Amino acid sequence: MTRFLMAKPLRLSAPQAYPTTDKPAFRPDKLSPAYAGQHKGNSLLKYISLADRKDKLFRRVLWMGGLTILCLVLGILLTLIVGAIPSLQAFGIRFLWGKVWNPVNQVFGALPFLVGTLLTSFLALLISIPFSLSIAIFLGEYFPPVKGRNRFAHLVREAVELIAGIPSVIYGFWGLFVLVPVIRKLEMSWHVLPYGVGIFTASLILAIMIIPYAASLGREIIALVPQDLKEAAYSLGATRWEMIRHVVLPYARSGIFAGLLLSLGRALGETMAVTMVIGNTSEIPQSIFSPGNTLASVIANEFTEAASRLYLSALIELGLVLFVVTTCMHLIGKTIIHRFSA
Amino acid sequence: MLLHTHIHIRRRQIRSQLVRTAIILCTVLTLLPLLYILAYIIRRGIGVMHLSFFLQLPKPVGESGGGIANALVGSLLIVGMATLMAVPVGISSALYLSEHPKGKLAGIIRICLEVLTGIPSIVVGIVAYYWLVRPMGSFSALSGSVALAIMMLPIMIRSAEETLKRFPLHLREASLALGVPYYKTILKVLLPCSLSGVVSGIMLSIARVIGETAPLLFTAFGNPYLTANIFHPMHSLPLLIYNYAISPYENWHQLAWGAAMVLLVWILLLNVLTRIMIRKWSVQY
Repeated sequence: MTRFLMAKPLRLSAPQAYPTTDKPAFRPDKLSPAYAGQHKGNSLLKYISLADRKDKLFRRVLWMGGLTILCLVLGILLTLIVGAIPSLQAFGIRFLWGKVWNPVNQVFGALPFLVGTLLTSFLALLISIPFSLSIAIFLGEYFPPVKGRNRFAHLVREAVELIAGIPSVIYGFWGLFVLVPVIRKLEMSWHVLPYGVGIFTASLILAIMIIPYAASLGREIIALVPQDLKEAAYSLGATRWEMIRHVVLPYARSGIFAGLLLSLGRALGETMAVTMVIGNTSEIPQSIFSPGNTLASVIANEFTEAASRLYLSALIELGLVLFVVTTCMHLIGKTIIHRFSA
Repeated sequence: MLLHTHIHIRRRQIRSQLVRTAIILCTVLTLLPLLYILAYIIRRGIGVMHLSFFLQLPKPVGESGGGIANALVGSLLIVGMATLMAVPVGISSALYLSEHPKGKLAGIIRICLEVLTGIPSIVVGIVAYYWLVRPMGSFSALSGSVALAIMMLPIMIRSAEETLKRFPLHLREASLALGVPYYKTILKVLLPCSLSGVVSGIMLSIARVIGETAPLLFTAFGNPYLTANIFHPMHSLPLLIYNYAISPYENWHQLAWGAAMVLLVWILLLNVLTRIMIRKWSVQY
């Protein structure tokens, strides 16, 4: 009761469209002195005051739910930083370009994995661009899957979505048993050491995995190009390809760039499929056919084996680097797309 | 002169047609290998689909046969617990976001959601290891569920918020004008109207995390025996696929192909169910 009676300063803010947020409490005792203290006996007023308190509690619950998300993200960041402290103290910033990763001698440097990660991700992006862009143009421009029409386009879109949902461990499994033998044969005919597993194989698998994601992003962006611009190009006598080339692609350029960033972020953080086909050595890869390791795959492989505190901490620092890089890419990409569609 | 122009136009039209054909070809060429992966998994997996595959434990090396009962139970338990953890937080924060679309905290939460969406799954595994496995002293299914719950949140919240914010103002005002308290307006009017979005968000997030392996590697860890104790290590389908795929034994590969197919069918069913639900339950205002 005391909480209910405690006076809360009435807020003088701009009038709101509807009383959903920060609604001033219903105060029967404020209406008239006669009501003060009387609502104890009055069942309606009692009901109202109870509902009012439940409202407050309810708002508090929603607020806590939102706050949990914030706490989670801060907690994740803090945990990674705290976990990485021993390694940060031991190696400092040199960790990033240390060439040697030797758990036996307790020397840890991230360069082999940074090189591996960047090589696989960029190679995968390069391989996937023509394919994802053509699916994006196919679905965004030539055959937009409108409701009730374009059976084939619907089929393509469903297939793309279905493929996007396949877990990465299954891609890795398939890659290990189908792709690796094929690559090994290719490598033999190209006269390089036939490992089968390695940077190139991992990039191929990654490319296959990011095509559906990049394609559906690109489709959404291309579908956003305004119709009047396209019609203006047609009215000037442009053919369809000229229209795409000179109107759609330039207009969607920033969006497509953002899509590339998002796909790259996804490729950087991809773990299982890469771990299964990259070969897992902690040396700096000599060519794109040699085995290597990425930030994510080395964590997946060695985390449970890390015996010393420093070893574990070095792995967590790799995780921190991965987290910061992918998060930055993701946020930049999303910001560009947000601006593009606004 | 006229002929010249004609040829020029013709050439441009032909080029346009060529590009169109190239794009269609490229699309089909991309889809074929992707569909080939699906077909390959089904071809390899369909051979082991017997009743014993679902009921037995994996046999030791050297013996043929065996099943994946432990992984099935483990997957169900881990994902089920993750759902139980993620749903209350997810729905309340989705409600918060849709109720305060322009608030300061809402803006921060939106950024946090983006961060959670982009976070590599292996990093979530590290964090769950630090939060639960280290203090408790052993790998446990519970820690795996926490990791998966974190990954479920952004998808669930996004889908729920999309539907919640479409709720029209006049219905809300009608309810409030009848004297219905705010919390009842939300729980009895807004949520039932948005049920399709909320439930489909939950289903999509389940479909997303059911195949996650990386966060479970050092949380749930895997266990060759059947267990229902959430404080012990537990197997799950993706973990089993990973462990058996990199093993050198043919019999285990067979089990892994079967598990991969079960996982695929499971995800497919979830997606189809979500579609049907959206079509049936979505409310037109």
